[in-house]
Amino acid sequence: MKIKGTVFKYGDNVDTDVIIPARYLNTSEPKELAKHCMEDIDETFASKVKKGDIIVANRNFGCGSSREHAPIAIKASGVSCVIASTFARIFYRNSFNIGLPILECEEAANDIDGGDEVAVNFSTGEIFNLTKNKTYRAEPLPDFMQEIISKDGLINYISSKQT
Amino acid sequence: MAMTMTQKILADHAGLKSVRAGQFIEANLDLVLGNDITTPVAINEFNKMNLDKVFDKNKIAIVPDHFTPSKDIKTAQQCKRIREFAYDMEIKNYFEIGEMGIEHALIPEKGLVVPGDVVIGADSHTCTYGALGAFSTGIGSTDMAAGMATGKCWFKVPGALKFVLKGKLNKWVSGKDVILHIIGMIGVDGALYKSMEFVGEGLKNLSIDDRFTIANMAIEAGAKNGIFLVDDITLEYVKEHSHREYKVYAPDEDAQYDEVYEIDLATIRPTVSFPHLPDNTRTIDEAKGVKIHQVVIGSCTNGRISDLRAAAKILEGKKVAKGIRTIVFPATQKIYLDALKEGLIEIFIKAGAVVSTPTCGPCLGGHMGILAEGERAVATTNRNFVGRMGHPESEVYLASPQVAAASALTGEISNPEELE
Repeated sequence: MKIKGTVFKYGDNVDTDVIIPARYLNTSEPKELAKHCMEDIDETFASKVKKGDIIVANRNFGCGSSREHAPIAIKASGVSCVIASTFARIFYRNSFNIGLPILECEEAANDIDGGDEVAVNFSTGEIFNLTKNKTYRAEPLPDFMQEIISKDGLINYISSKQT
Repeated sequence: MAMTMTQKILADHAGLKSVRAGQFIEANLDLVLGNDITTPVAINEFNKMNLDKVFDKNKIAIVPDHFTPSKDIKTAQQCKRIREFAYDMEIKNYFEIGEMGIEHALIPEKGLVVPGDVVIGADSHTCTYGALGAFSTGIGSTDMAAGMATGKCWFKVPGALKFVLKGKLNKWVSGKDVILHIIGMIGVDGALYKSMEFVGEGLKNLSIDDRFTIANMAIEAGAKNGIFLVDDITLEYVKEHSHREYKVYAPDEDAQYDEVYEIDLATIRPTVSFPHLPDNTRTIDEAKGVKIHQVVIGSCTNGRISDLRAAAKILEGKKVAKGIRTIVFPATQKIYLDALKEGLIEIFIKAGAVVSTPTCGPCLGGHMGILAEGERAVATTNRNFVGRMGHPESEVYLASPQVAAASALTGEISNPEELE
């Protein structure tokens, strides 16, 4: 599994309230949520993001509320992967459960800048910074987690095992 | 192998003799919880599995509490959806308006959690029930759906931080100050992926409501769960509220902890978290004087009867400062009624506060007290992120009911100790 895209860069402790503010949680429609993704810290994100783009941030990305609407909003906005030094634990579970791949890699999180072109190989855990011509290494995703991603989430994965 | 409290509970629920930090396990669940925001997404996922029933209709609780009583048409549609699901699936513990409350105050009050349980809830503050010696953690909607279908959830067994409490809190200092102090000390990711275990002789000086408040905000340090050693105070509460059998777990004496912190409760000052993270704490001495527009007293963190009593004690016979919107939210119908019988509601109204039906309301910027641009609130809630209570350029200062009530009287962040 490989992806490539342009980076949107954020700092520490990006919480789920800024990823998708509660005032928009009166719907669970992914496209509707995507319209407001990140708007309280980056008003232009929703209008600028393109399919395949990548979010890179520092520590504790996705802290706060358990709202699955947060990874849903990010995924529906077209983002193909989130890379951070660390993730808050509920966000970590939720992302895989809905089929949004995320990787922990402190070196990449510190070195990558907004606007860099980055490619990721989930099988090897390699993160390529095409702009800076550098490679960083994250833990590769285990096969079953790659399968959850390719099946577009945990429930589809469970269902596919049962049939 | 020596285990922490959390590890022992998880091992038992996974049918294993022992577990170690980092191990992946699948545990049987005693309760699966959801609210009006997270349950609709869980229903979407549940329906993909083409099941006609949940694993156990007695072990699921659904509480519409966030945007309820429904604040707009979209919210009403979401509530209708979960209500119909609850009826179709014959969910026993679905709590409609009139019997509901803020979920993390309501669930223990209804006796649905007892010591030794494993609970997952599609709400991050599900960690509250660790106050009762249960393993209880927040998850998302898909995990809720899988939990409703199978009665199981996978976990990575957490390591733990140990907090040894001693001594006694001073007057005007409460459980809220303890947890804000701890979060300020270890940071918003200080307990990431880990358990926070609370033990020590100081526990005997912490009421069950103080413990609920402390466990409630374990997530604000990034923790997987917060858990208290079970003692007579716990068992008194449990026996009063539940008929279920319970099991008390204590950590092994040689259990491994990543860090051990000793905290003398007598040294803790009234503490305030400044915008925009809960770990941005200052003692009241460094916090005084910030001008405010609104005070919110309530939430799953601080909407219990002892919180209302503490606030009422300060507001009794006085008036809130001119122009300070003071909003009080009893967390459940029972708490509301108890407050009414005790005369607390009258104290609030005479002081110029409003009293609302139970709802999460303004805590997450939902309704019932949203902030405008440039406004500041002192709130007994749990998060002060950017835009949490309304406009992205508003500010939330987290504090105890004592500090919140004192601040309502003066219109600026104030020290309750100085009112006497």
